[in-house]
Amino acid sequence: MTPVLEAKGISKLYGHVEALTGANFDVNAGEVVALIGDNGAGKSTLVRILSGTEPATSGQMLFDGKPVVLTSPVDARALGIETVFQDLALAAHLSPVQNMYLGREVMRKGLAGLLGFMDTPSMRKGSRDAFEKLGATVRNLNGPVGAMSGGQRQGIAVARAAAWAQKVVFLDEPTAALGVVQTKNVLELVRRVSDEGIAVVFISHSMPHVMEVADRIQVMWRGRRVATYRKEDTSMEQLVAAMTGAVSQVAA
Amino acid sequence: MTLTDIASAGGGGGSAAVEDAPAGRLQRIARVQALQIVLLLAITVAVFAILRPNTFLTPFNIRGMVQNTSIYIVLGVGMTFVIITGGIDLSIGSVLVFSGVVADKVMASYGGQGWDTVLVGTVVACASGLAWGLLNGVLVAKAKVPPLIVTLGSLSAALGFAQILTKGLDLRDAPRTLVDKVGFGNIVGQVPTLAVIAGVVAIGGIILLHRTRFGLHTYAIGSNAEAGRRVGLKVDRHLIKIYALAGLLAGFAGILNLGFFQSTTIGGQSNTALNVIAGVAIGGTSLFGGVGSVFGTVIGLFIPIVLQNGFIQINVQPFWQQVVVGAVLVTVVYVDQLRRAAAVGGRKHRLPFLSQRGRGTREETA
Ligand SMILES: Nc1ncnc2c1ncn2[C@@H]1O[C@H](COP(=O)(O)OP(=O)(O)OP(=O)(O)O)[C@@H](O)[C@H]1O
Ligand SMILES: [Mg+2]
Repeated sequence: MTPVLEAKGISKLYGHVEALTGANFDVNAGEVVALIGDNGAGKSTLVRILSGTEPATSGQMLFDGKPVVLTSPVDARALGIETVFQDLALAAHLSPVQNMYLGREVMRKGLAGLLGFMDTPSMRKGSRDAFEKLGATVRNLNGPVGAMSGGQRQGIAVARAAAWAQKVVFLDEPTAALGVVQTKNVLELVRRVSDEGIAVVFISHSMPHVMEVADRIQVMWRGRRVATYRKEDTSMEQLVAAMTGAVSQVAA
Repeated sequence: MTLTDIASAGGGGGSAAVEDAPAGRLQRIARVQALQIVLLLAITVAVFAILRPNTFLTPFNIRGMVQNTSIYIVLGVGMTFVIITGGIDLSIGSVLVFSGVVADKVMASYGGQGWDTVLVGTVVACASGLAWGLLNGVLVAKAKVPPLIVTLGSLSAALGFAQILTKGLDLRDAPRTLVDKVGFGNIVGQVPTLAVIAGVVAIGGIILLHRTRFGLHTYAIGSNAEAGRRVGLKVDRHLIKIYALAGLLAGFAGILNLGFFQSTTIGGQSNTALNVIAGVAIGGTSLFGGVGSVFGTVIGLFIPIVLQNGFIQINVQPFWQQVVVGAVLVTVVYVDQLRRAAAVGGRKHRLPFLSQRGRGTREETA
């Protein structure tokens, strides 16, 4: 089976800092891959490159087996790749609905649409459906998201990505600010999204969450992938060992 | 996460989790702010009306105040858009003068005193303003020079060009129609043409800002330009359009100014941009970007004019107006910031118009 998304030998230099040093990565359709590693291992950098936000210094990216070059997040979205960034990338002064549809506004029919008028009711309905599907507690669809709790904001960002993704979703620490119930909702959502045939890449520092939701686990250490395990074949001890660089597979 | 979050999210599906507030789309904060400013204006008017019952609220006096505010409103609409993106435009006073000068010269050589001459002058003035606005926009968005510096530069350059073109002497070739029908004319009864023009521009601005995708993207860029970029907004192009709009309106104000003062007022516009910025800020538009309204700007621009007029009527030296406006400006923005800090909790360390666009101007928390 060809991975829906594959990266080969990705390197990234920030000045003299080597954030990635020949990193490989792959994820299949309908699969949940957890990407784990210590702070600074390069997980977020890899996500930014694979989502078109930053260019790689070198390396290759394959989508459905074919080489692609992403020059912007718009390219990635056109391929059906959505991302929840670690900083969430929401506009604090806009409402959940406006954030949900930012850059993809539903316009009114006919002349009004051409003049730039938006179909607000249908965007509200779409947002409400998406939030309900996730069980996100968005009490006020009109208030600025900056005034909402960290968990609510995270729920909005995750719901936005899940609602638009066709092929791949990257979730960079989507449960970091969440309470027990909302974490459970996000993990359930991850499964639901992958059941629809979408590949989910899940970054987390929480080993229990990783073991709960992932099909495969890829471990990064100092800018590259050092190990890949199927969930059935591994243990938390083994994962922690790999994260500290004590274990590494030859063909990682 | 609070207990109520857990309670309402309980059961996983959370069908009760998403509730709709009945309100419209304006944020509550913005509404409170607007209300507060309207109240301030109403109280000011009421005080002067009580002190001078026979002269303050007469049609003649109201007409004068409205007329004096009209040109500022045209400028203020553009400024509101610019400031919502986190930018600033210091050049509008000079651009107004430059556009007036060019329009005056073209109308003088075109000849005549009729509507055709006025139309030619209007087109020329708008085009001149648009050109300066585009230049500002390109330098801000593409060359990444901070807006404060770019527009400080064009403030100086546009005025310099205007003085070169006129050798520093004001031109007075406004055609009669422009002066009689626009500058001092009434549409009907005591309703000045200038006020109707300002009203139309303001309503156009309100619709554009609050009802269209263009307006939404303006807020989005001011709120978090990087987030906008990540969802595919063409941030640079949008910024160019915003500065172009401000320039266009300054050019348009140039022809109105010519009709009102019958002169290019070369030496008289050095405080215009600052006065307009003060009105915009009093009206609740945040200099940090992401928040603001055209309606607030209109009210915010009326307050200094009403104060000035009222002080003259009650025989207080009109210079007190400047003192009071300064105090009002600082107080309103201070109170607003306190409330916002409590509401949004976002920390912003530097004013965005001092920085290059889109280069880590602030620590975003959302
Ligand atoms: N914009 C940048 N400029 C300079 N260095 C950077 C930049 N982004 C990341 N780095 C560096 O690259 C390395 C990898 O960082 P990255 O954010 O990808 O790690 P991470 O695995 O996501 O860590 P965490 O678990 O803390 O989120 C770090 O050493 C970091 O300091
Ligand atoms: Mg990270």
